[in-house]
Formats: sequence, C-alpha cells, structure tokens
Amino acid sequence: MSTYRIQGATGEWEVVIGLEVHAQVTSNSKLFSGASTAFGAEPNCNVSLVDAAMPGMLPVPNRECIRQAVRTGMAIEAQINKYSRFDRKNYFYADLPQGYQISQLYHPIVGEGALTIDADEKAGIPEDKVIGIERIHVEQDAGKLMHDQHPTMSYVDLNRCGVALMEIVSRPDMRSPAEAGAYVRKLRTILRYVGSCDGNMEEGSMRADVNVSVRRPGEEFGTRTETKNVNSVRFVMQTIEHEANRQVDVLESGGKIVQETRLFDPNTGTTRSMRSKEDAHDYRYFPDPDLLPLELDDSFLDECRTSLPELPDAKRARYTGELGLSDYNARELTAEVETFARFETLLAATATALGKAEKDVATQVANWALSIAPGVLKALGDEANPANSTAEAQASILKMQDAGEISGGQAKEIYEIVLKTGREPGEIAETEGLKQVSDTGAIEEAIDAIIAANADKVAEYRGGKDKLFGFFVGQTMKAMQGKANPAVVNQILKDKLG
Amino acid sequence: MSIDRATVAKIASLARIQMSDEELDRMEPELNGILKWVEQLGEVDTSAVEPMTAVIPNTLRLRADVVDADPKTGGSRRDDVLANAPVAEHGFFGVPKVIE
Amino acid sequence: MTELTNLGVKEIRDGVAGGDFTAREVAESFNAAVAAAAELNAFIVTTPDHALAAADAVDAKRAKGDDLGKMGGVPIGMKDLFATQGVQTTAASHILEGFKPQYESTVSQNLWDAGAGMLGKLNLDQFAMGSSNETSYFGNVSSPWRKAGTNAAMSPGGSSGGSSAAVAARIVPAATGTDTGGSIRQPAAFTGICGIKPTYGRCSRWGVVAFASSLDQAGPMARSVEDCAIMLEAMAGFDPKDSTSLDMPVPAWEAGLNADLKGKKVGIPREYRMDGTDQEILDSWERGKEWLRDAGAEIVDVSLPHTKYALPAYYIVAPAEASSNLARYDGVRYGLRELPDGAGLQDMYAETREAGFGDEVKRRIIIGTYVLSAGFYDAYYNQAQKVRTLVARDFNEAFAQCDVILAPTTPTASFPLGENSDDPLAMYLNDVFAVPASLAGLPAMSVPGMLNSDGLPLGLQLVGRPFDEQGVLNAGLAIQQRAGFTAQPEKWW
Ligand SMILES: [Mg+2]
Ligand SMILES: [Zn+2]
Repeated sequence: MSTYRIQGATGEWEVVIGLEVHAQVTSNSKLFSGASTAFGAEPNCNVSLVDAAMPGMLPVPNRECIRQAVRTGMAIEAQINKYSRFDRKNYFYADLPQGYQISQLYHPIVGEGALTIDADEKAGIPEDKVIGIERIHVEQDAGKLMHDQHPTMSYVDLNRCGVALMEIVSRPDMRSPAEAGAYVRKLRTILRYVGSCDGNMEEGSMRADVNVSVRRPGEEFGTRTETKNVNSVRFVMQTIEHEANRQVDVLESGGKIVQETRLFDPNTGTTRSMRSKEDAHDYRYFPDPDLLPLELDDSFLDECRTSLPELPDAKRARYTGELGLSDYNARELTAEVETFARFETLLAATATALGKAEKDVATQVANWALSIAPGVLKALGDEANPANSTAEAQASILKMQDAGEISGGQAKEIYEIVLKTGREPGEIAETEGLKQVSDTGAIEEAIDAIIAANADKVAEYRGGKDKLFGFFVGQTMKAMQGKANPAVVNQILKDKLG
Repeated sequence: MSIDRATVAKIASLARIQMSDEELDRMEPELNGILKWVEQLGEVDTSAVEPMTAVIPNTLRLRADVVDADPKTGGSRRDDVLANAPVAEHGFFGVPKVIE
Repeated sequence: MTELTNLGVKEIRDGVAGGDFTAREVAESFNAAVAAAAELNAFIVTTPDHALAAADAVDAKRAKGDDLGKMGGVPIGMKDLFATQGVQTTAASHILEGFKPQYESTVSQNLWDAGAGMLGKLNLDQFAMGSSNETSYFGNVSSPWRKAGTNAAMSPGGSSGGSSAAVAARIVPAATGTDTGGSIRQPAAFTGICGIKPTYGRCSRWGVVAFASSLDQAGPMARSVEDCAIMLEAMAGFDPKDSTSLDMPVPAWEAGLNADLKGKKVGIPREYRMDGTDQEILDSWERGKEWLRDAGAEIVDVSLPHTKYALPAYYIVAPAEASSNLARYDGVRYGLRELPDGAGLQDMYAETREAGFGDEVKRRIIIGTYVLSAGFYDAYYNQAQKVRTLVARDFNEAFAQCDVILAPTTPTASFPLGENSDDPLAMYLNDVFAVPASLAGLPAMSVPGMLNSDGLPLGLQLVGRPFDEQGVLNAGLAIQQRAGFTAQPEKWW
C-alpha cells in the first residue's frame, strides 16, 4: 500500500490518479489514409486529401494499426473485442479538419486489462502493484497549431493529422506521483517490447492526460481535473504533485474542485485552466457511418498472438530463474529493448564461443554488459566507435578471459582498442602483448627469487600470518609485469610456501 | 418534447452557426414541428432490436500499411491540399490567432 | 444536327461506333442545346470544352479502331455533388463557391474512362437537401414540364433536379444523380424520365460531397431503362478508397435486360396505400400492376408494416449524419471564409457557416446536432437506427414472397415552385414512398408510367433485393414497353 499523503492544514489527504496515455502507433502510413507518418517533415507535406477533409473524402483503415492495438492489448492480457466500431467525436477546432475525430467510444477494440508496476523501495513503492487498464481504443491524432509565427494568425500544420493513436485508459488505481511515473515507464517498456509505439516522448509519441483528485484516506473519490498532453514522466509526476496540492488548498480554504480540463506549464511546473476547451463537452458521439463495424477473425488474432515477443515480466523472471542472474541485473537488463537485445545476442555468442550453456556464462556476460563494457565505452568518450563493439568481438574477449589467457584488466584494455580501431581481439592480445603468462616455469622462477629475498616474511607466513599471502602474490605479479595468470600464481605460491 | 428558443440558440452555437434573433424566431416553431413529428418513433417497440450498423451485409476492409500506395489518398501533395485555402502562407493554413 | 439531341445513350453510343455521326457532332449539338436552355437554370457551370475534348478522344480512338468504351461518345450532365478535377464543385452551396477540387470522384472518373464527356455541372438542392430544387444557392431549377393551361414554373423534384430537368428537356442524353432518400427517383418521376438508385455500395462514394453517408448512393438518370442499365454499368464498381464499397463484379446489366417476367412475383405493399395519396397516383399504380401481369408476373400482396415510421426515422438519421459530415465546411481549408474584424477562430466558424449555408441546410444541421446531443442520443438517433433495422427486416420478409416490389414513386405529381417551400414537413412527405428503400440500402428505380390530367408525368417505383439491380431493371423495362410513355414537354425555354 502506498503511504503517500499530502499533509494539509486540516489533516492528511490521499491522491487518486488515473492516466489516459495517448501512444502513437508505429506504422508507415496514417490510420485512415496513405500519407506518411514520418516525423519532422515540412509543414503539410504528409497530408492527403483525406487528412485535409476535402469534400467527399473517405476513411479506409490501416490493418497494421489495428494489428498493433490488438497486440498491445494482448501484452497487457486484456480482453480483445472481436467486434468493435469507430465513432465520431464532434467538435470544432483548427487542428481537426473533419470537424470530428474518428475514435472509439461505444465498442473499443481492447477491453479490460492490467499492468504490474514493480516494487521500488526508494521511490516509495514497497511492493509490486497491479494497475487496472479499462480499455484501449484506436483514434486519429490531430494537427498542430503554431501561435508564434505571425502577429495575428495561428498557422495550421496537418502533418500529424490522422496519425493512429492508441488511447490507453487506466483505472484510477494510482496513489502517488511515483506510482504514476512507474506506470508510464512500465507501459512505455511494454509498448516498446511489443513494437507498437516507439515511446519517444520528446517527439510526442507518448503523452498522458492526467486525471487527479484528492480525498480523505478511505473516503469517496473527489472531483477530478484532467491535465492534457503531459509529455514526460517527470512532468506527469510534477503535474500530480502540483494539482494535488492545489486541490488540497482549494478544499481546505472552503472551495470546491471544478471538473475541468487543465494545461501543464513545464516552465513553472504548474497547471492552469484551459479556457479554449470549455464549451466542448457535448461531443455528440455516434458510429461513423463511413465505416462498417470492425470484425476480427481468429487467424488475425492468432497472428497477433504468435508475433508477440517475450514480455518484460516474463523475461525478468526467466533471467533470475533460468539464467540465475541477480534481481538487480535482471531488472536492469530487461528495462529497455536495446539492452536486452544486445545482452541476449552477446549471451548466445559467448555461450557458443565457450562451448557452455547460456546459464553457465550468464552472470559473466551480464556483468560485462552492465558494468565493464559501458565503463570502458564511457571513459573513451568520442574516441570510441560503438559500431566496433560486435557481439563476436566481445564474446572473443570473454572467451580469452574465461580461458585465463587474459586478465580482467587486459580484457578492458583489449576492448578499448577494439572500440577505437575495430581490430580483432585475439590479434590485439597477441600484438600488443596483452596476454597472461601461464607458463609455470617462468612463474616458478620468479617465485623462487621472491622467497629467497624475503626469508623473514616466509617465516612469518609459515608461522601463521596468513595475510602475508597477498604480499607474495603482489610481488610475483610485479615481477611478472602483471601478466601472470593469477590462478597459476596462487597455486604455485601455495605449493611453495607450504 | 418541445424545445425553447434558448435551446435552439445553444444547439446553433454547438453547430457553429451564427443565428440572428429573427432566424431563431423562425427556427423554433419549425424545429418543434419536425421534432414532434419524428417523436412518433417512440411508438415502436424496439426493445429486442439492434440498431442498424451495416445497411448491406458487408464487413470492414482493412488496407495494407503502405505510404502513398494510391496518390489519390496519399500525402506529398501540399500544393493540392493548399490550392483552395482562403489563407495559405509558408506552407501552412492561416486562421485567426488562437489563445489556448 | 438538332435531331442528335433527341437520341439517348444507347443510340448515341451505337451511332458513334457505327460511324453514323461523330462524337464531336454529338457534343456540339448538346453544347448548343445546353447554351440555349439557360432559362431552366439546370446547370451551375457548363463545360463545353470538356465535352468536346472527350468527344475528340473517342473519335480518335475510333479512327484507330480502338474500343470506345461503354459510354463512348456520350456527353452527360454531372450533378454538382461529384468532385471534378479543376472544375468548380459546389454542392449548390455558397460555402463551396469557387472550390476547384484537385481530384476527380471515382464515379465521374469511371464515366470518363468509359468514353463519356461532361457538358457541365448540374444544379441541385443545396448539399442534396431538398425535394424540389428550391434550396440551391444558385437559384431554383425549373422543370421543362408545365401544368396544362398554366405558365407557372414547376418543380423538377430534388435533389437531382438539375439532372432531371436537363434529361427531360433533352439538353443532355443522361445525367448522374445521387439518392439519399429519393433524390434520383422523385425527380425522375416528376419529369417523366428513368432513374435508378443501385444497392448501397455499388457506386463509390469517394469524391461525392457527403450528405448522409449510410444512405448516399449515386445512380444514372436517363430517358430509358436501357440507357440507365448502360450508364450504371459504367458508373458502378468496387473502389478500395470507399470502405463501404461492394467488392463484387459489376453484372452485365445491359446484356441481361429481359422484359419477360414469367415466373416472377411482384409484391404490392399494402401500407403504401396511404391516406391523402392522389387518386391519379393510385390509378397509375393499378396500371403498373396490369402491365407487369401482362409481362407474365404474378401480383402478390405483401406487407411492410413499418413503412409509416421510415420517413421520421430518415429525418433523424440523415440530419444526424449530415450535421457531422458538414462540420468540415469551416472556412479554413477551402470555400467561403467570413472573418469580421476582430473575430476569433470560433466566431469565424459561426459567421462562415451562417453566411455559407442555406436555410434548409441549417435546419437539418440543427436537427442533426440536437438528436445527437447529450441525453437525446438514445431516444432519437438510436431509436431511429433500430426502426431502420425493422424497416429493412420488413423488406427482407416481403422478399421471401416476391421478387420485386411495385409502388408509386411519389404521393403527388410535380408542384409549382414555391408551393411547399415554407412548410418543411409538407416537403419531406414527398419522399414517403422513396425513403424506405433508401433506409434498407435496396436497389430502386423510377420509370414513367403516364401523364395525369394536368399533363404532368407520374412515376412508378420498383424495389429489388440487395444486388438485384437486374430484377429491378427488367421489371422497369416491362413497364416501359407497355406504358409507351413518349410524352415530351413542350419547348418554352
Ligand atoms: Mg482524455
Ligand atoms: Zn484520445
């Protein structure tokens, strides 16, 4: 249970949060037209006659957008509705050429589902928590207005107009800014796993309408406000903090909360009432007569299901269970699609190179992938060419290290050269002399000389001062210029010191 | 159910049609006449009837996700899109300044 | 050359193909007839060059021995609801005045591809809303017909009144129409011509200015059943750009024409015998039955119990859809913009739409907005869509007992312009017989039956099963052959 509370002058208040996340569906063309969805085009270049709502234009739905919405629904184990419909939401605005948005009110494509946010002690989420998802529906994005390009006019760019969005509507199940932040992050991770949205919040691919209300703990829900189009996890959390505190202030000073639409100002971290949307409440929804009901057959659903990848929770469980990784490593590796993809490729390459099972090299590969390799890369900065960091090269380094041919330090040095030059690790080890000596003759010779030179320490050691073992190791490594295989050194020292 | 003049004005505003007092005066009895007439539909027992969705049995076709597959419904035709605009500047449509 | 304008689609097509005359000669004759008929106000713009260019292309093809197409050499009138590339398309509304689409509607493109040419854009009721052609921003259309002994301008019907007037006046051999609740059949009946609304989805709606999406269907208007069959074949066809388009081949309706109705049953819906229906209309209906019986058909009584409710249901569904379809006319991307000094965006919308829409359009937008507004959706819109289901079910059950239904097209003959224009409800009642087939998406046709005692044409309506345009055309042909309707309006324009 979240214990997040706002301390008011008259006592404690609990915050109730529901989110409507608009996620841009990954597709080449728009939901109902063939125009491109590419980001950053010149104004009105990705606009078809359909998007501009020319007289007589008609919508034809994009199969891929439907497919991605269904796959997303499956990823949150939601009910998939084989029968759904598109409805028109009617209102007038300059970013809405048709005078209506094609959306789904009465029969959405995806029904009830849920998502689990992960425990995060530091953030005040003591245990995993299930957040209900009411529905996902598919709808058109609107165009964009530019207010600062002309003294008396706003400019209208319809490039985004008609791009497919999924609106993912949560239950009012969140109770703190941290939970809301974790929800958005988790949702983003799932969407990216599924490949149905790139999750790029800076480009507007994901934004949230944040519904906030406050109440005395355990009492009925209060009146909520909806803050529109908040476009980062941090801003979602700020919106909630500000809005909840504002509402508490209003209520404690005897005021009432008005159900209204608000706007978040990232510069001040505050919200304000959005007057322009005030009279837009009667949307006159009705089934779009240009579109027949959407009926999905079993083969379509089967394809959606079988094309789903392993999802974050399942993957994490497999990493800790099957691969024996620590909970921390599993969480880190599964947070981002790129991270697990690189890890799994490297894991497979390393297991093959070493002739071992994946689970037997997983910890080694995880440590390499999460701390060693990123450390080297970061230290090199611009000198590194990340493209040189192939799974093959890294696996070959890990193999040399596993075989005792190189030390951990040498592994880093070799990787550094790989990143800078793209040379082959085995060749680097050879040419640059970055190899350990495992030749017992040379090591024995060095150890004999050290024993001879340090008779007093030998006596002390043999007299029970075990700690001195480290001194002998250090002397030996120094004599070998750091290139001796530590395992071999240890073994010979143990033998000789008795 | 009959509607008063204020309701007619509200609906006209929702439909974004400016109406003068004379127009509202004229519209009010006309609308009430029409509404009174359509309300005979209330006589029909439709408790076991689904509202019509498709006039002719037919299912929704989905198209392939291809950009500009048909130039008639594709993008990349800004000049055509702007050709009839009352105000078009720098590739944008111009509208009176909006304060959000 | 004037006699060329007496020819219909089939005669022109066959004459051009056979070398009796050139397509250019035909186009020139009709261009001249159009220019001489300005008094009818049937056209909003004329496009003589388009007609000539298409004719020249057909003549060139013939010289090379190429196929001339289903409508090769036939110039037609295009209802100004179809978007035509580079040619003003207005839906007869001020709000679209000057609008030149950068695209061609599928149906008009199909016609050009079939070798037809365009004489001009035909006047209509504004946004196809009206039954008398008195709501056009560009003025009323006069029917070429006059009531015996009067000079009063008569209604050509609506909304395809420019089309009906032009075909009846023989200034075009055929024209396109659209039918949402009778807008092909009623004007055809008023002017003594043929017109067929095919099954919903046969003709693409892409590029046709929308009135009510679930009802709108394009169709041909011409002087004979054969001509309608030919032209419908050219207009129809699957269009992937319209998701309600029927994905099925276009039958060879012309080749399939057969007026022998032996073994066919013709249903007579008893609920169409309404109080207040003109006795002469009822008489023509009786004649229709006799003609079909004579053609070999068996006449059977059928019941369409929800007929009474079809019209009120239509006057909820159509305005609701229209209120939304017409929201795009906002002064931003095309058409009229009214921007008084200091007006904001929302004021601009309200002023533009006030100035741009005519009264009937406003009336329907307001009704449509009202029936969809919060709290009323279920009582009005949803109830109307349920009644619509019942109307369609009635037809379904009737077609278990008959192959085609015969009814009057309209409850009265044409009336003088202005007679009904201040009573919207009286005007709506014109479509009482036409609307049920629209609500059910069924193919339906009007063919001329006879003249009434005022010398005005009366139409008979045939309604068929979904996709059975052939059955409708065949019954229409049987009537045409027996009615011997050859009356023409006397030229006064
Ligand atoms: Mg929202
Ligand atoms: Zn939305």
